[in-house]
Amino acid sequence: MSAPAPLLVFGDVAEGDILPSLRHDVTATTVVLGALATRDWRPMHHDKDFAMRRNGTRDIFLNTPNQAAWFERFITDWTGPHGRMGRVTFRMRDSVFPGDTMVLDGVVSKLTVDETGCGWVGLDITLSVDGDVKSTCTARVALPVDDDDNPWQRSADRWKP
Amino acid sequence: MSTVIEDVRILIGVPQYEETGEFPVERSYVWTMCAAVENGNPLFWDDTVAEELTGGPIAPPTMISVWFRPHHWAPGRTEDHLPLKVHFDLKDRLGLPEAVMTDNTIVFHEPVRPGDVLTTRQILRSVSDEKTTKLGTGRFWVIDVEYANQKGETVGVESYTGFGYRRGSDAKASAS
Repeated sequence: MSAPAPLLVFGDVAEGDILPSLRHDVTATTVVLGALATRDWRPMHHDKDFAMRRNGTRDIFLNTPNQAAWFERFITDWTGPHGRMGRVTFRMRDSVFPGDTMVLDGVVSKLTVDETGCGWVGLDITLSVDGDVKSTCTARVALPVDDDDNPWQRSADRWKP
Repeated sequence: MSTVIEDVRILIGVPQYEETGEFPVERSYVWTMCAAVENGNPLFWDDTVAEELTGGPIAPPTMISVWFRPHHWAPGRTEDHLPLKVHFDLKDRLGLPEAVMTDNTIVFHEPVRPGDVLTTRQILRSVSDEKTTKLGTGRFWVIDVEYANQKGETVGVESYTGFGYRRGSDAKASAS
């Protein structure tokens, strides 16, 4: 069986392109599932009393590695499985709580082809609630430059993330 | 006689706290993570796609730090696992009681696969001169956490920028 065709190739993308938004209604379950999946046992991510008394927050809140997993999902929902992440940078500004509707938005900031022929898409991404940006993420993701290219087959000197 | 900051800066570029993950990379944990964020990427769910594109199943790249956070309990374990020890060492040695992480970059190299046994080490990259921000007075530092698989291949590098500081209590006292 042959590999599925890429959902998106480098030539399909232009600087300024907007990624499809991802909206998710955050519940206590969202926060707890993500905390446990990332093995982050700190109580402010599952114990509301602790979060209120010790952190002074209004509720439990999303932990950073869980947000990273949401950013990854947002990016690969757009690229499909051929998209290979090279680099991400996060900046957390404020917390995300149960009851919030988080919205992830992204825009293509830069397109480059490196010396190995790998096609890189730069993305500027925000996670916001009611229009307030809670976290930002910049990412660099490789897309196939043509139907025969597969970024996942690159390694060592041909993978410069 | 050397100063504290000179002693700390000697550690720049020196690998510290090398450790091996408590467990091999677990595929069921991959599904737990994907389910938590409703990630339907077929690389993690469809073995045919994984075989064709990535030569077999892989873990989501952003899970890289998960493999070094221990399970909540283990028989005979007596000490809490404290991640990013170099960060806490700096706070102690420089006498900076508060600290924040300002940003976090992860660079992904070889894919992480179920069954991999990963090792990690921490490397201090820089310590700034003393700076004053709205939080207080202290220093910025950058710590890299490198991850490698059992073949010695780098699978990822996380860089943390931290700011260790003392609250601006003098300024507050004089203003009150």
